[in-house]
Amino acid sequence: MIDIIINITLLTFLAITSVAIMRMTNLFAVIMFGIFSLLSAGLFVVMDAPDVAFTEAAVGAGISTVLMLATLALTKDHHEKSPRGHRPWLPLAVVGITGAALVYGTWDIPGFGDPNAPTQTHVARYYIENAVPETGVPNIVTAVLASYRGFDTLGEVAVVFTAGVAVLLLIGGKRSKSSTKVTHERGQDEA
Amino acid sequence: MDFFIGHYNYWIVIFLMMVGLYTVISRGNLIKKVIGLNMFQVSVFFLYISMSTVEGGAAPIITEGVEVYSNPLPHVLILTAIVVGVATTALALALVVRIKESYGTIEEDEIHEQDHSL
Amino acid sequence: MKPNLILHVVSKFLIPLIIIFALYVQFHGDFGPGGGFQAGVIFSAAIILYALVFGLDAAEEIIPSRLLRILASLGVVIYAGVGVVTLLLGANYLDYSVLGSTQIAGQHLGILLVELGVGISVAAVMLIIFFAFAGRGRE
Repeated sequence: MIDIIINITLLTFLAITSVAIMRMTNLFAVIMFGIFSLLSAGLFVVMDAPDVAFTEAAVGAGISTVLMLATLALTKDHHEKSPRGHRPWLPLAVVGITGAALVYGTWDIPGFGDPNAPTQTHVARYYIENAVPETGVPNIVTAVLASYRGFDTLGEVAVVFTAGVAVLLLIGGKRSKSSTKVTHERGQDEA
Repeated sequence: MDFFIGHYNYWIVIFLMMVGLYTVISRGNLIKKVIGLNMFQVSVFFLYISMSTVEGGAAPIITEGVEVYSNPLPHVLILTAIVVGVATTALALALVVRIKESYGTIEEDEIHEQDHSL
Repeated sequence: MKPNLILHVVSKFLIPLIIIFALYVQFHGDFGPGGGFQAGVIFSAAIILYALVFGLDAAEEIIPSRLLRILASLGVVIYAGVGVVTLLLGANYLDYSVLGSTQIAGQHLGILLVELGVGISVAAVMLIIFFAFAGRGRE
């Protein structure tokens, strides 16, 4: 019973935080995003997924927030312009129709935590029973990640390496911010 | 009541997805769009982890005296997805920095104006 | 940042603890939650904290950029290299059973090496990305 109450409370906090992110402006949105990441890591622990909670807390509340703050610092706007008003009716309509269709789709999903759901009865049983006899590693997630599905992890390390190389190519050099240089060049082209 | 508690998870997941989608579509600032994309990603992670829990189950680490474990396969998928997501976010933010240096602004309307006026 | 006494003292106390925790998570990933990715990100978080408090130049002195690029590729090479070694020993690519005398010993060794490669690569790449962002706006 307590489990269900904690679950529902944390999920409601998460929904409220997401609405706050949507409505706030630059620096405050990034800070709320860090709080959003931390709340979702807590929820992952409540849902019995400690490895995922570890990764989400370290990566979401750590690396992502720091990178967004660095981007904010590098893209500071010195001329304060007032934000233009957007007409939100078309995006709201699109979002409303998509949300209604998805809710209609969840009507038949087996309830949360049902032990007879199809996801719990097919392949998971093999891994839970045979991970320790075949690999000797008690942490089933590590055994599946590194041994049974080793190719996927090789691809993932390649993706991370590629992202590092691409970021180095894009902003690796020590050039200074040159926004005035661009307008000067455009002025010369039109003259 | 059972139906409501059993499906509340999924409805909050759909709400988070829609808030993320709305932020991507309707806000003009490029950094806001990246934040909205991240919110969308986190909601998809919730969908998978919600589907893998079992009532009364424990974390999928084999210990003495525990009989019911939650499903370990979605955990593996989501672990990979989180790391790929942070790689994508880092690359997107690097592109935003370069766009700011080239165009002088990161509002989507002004970038379109500068492109059309050339 | 201007020298701030509380931040300096507290971070000198915390950074070794964070690095030890990262090593613990890396090598106990078999018996508890953890593994390569988490350990790599926690290790890079310790170095990022050092760079935030003591300045980017001090951080670049302890870990130069050339070393980071070598480490990032080294991680991928270790992972793929384990697969090539198993190929040379006669089994399928990334089949760890032939690395030891029994199947379980081979699997243990294979998983340990592979997670080490993943941890090294992820830590180096996160630091590369952070140093690239932080070093951009300076003359």
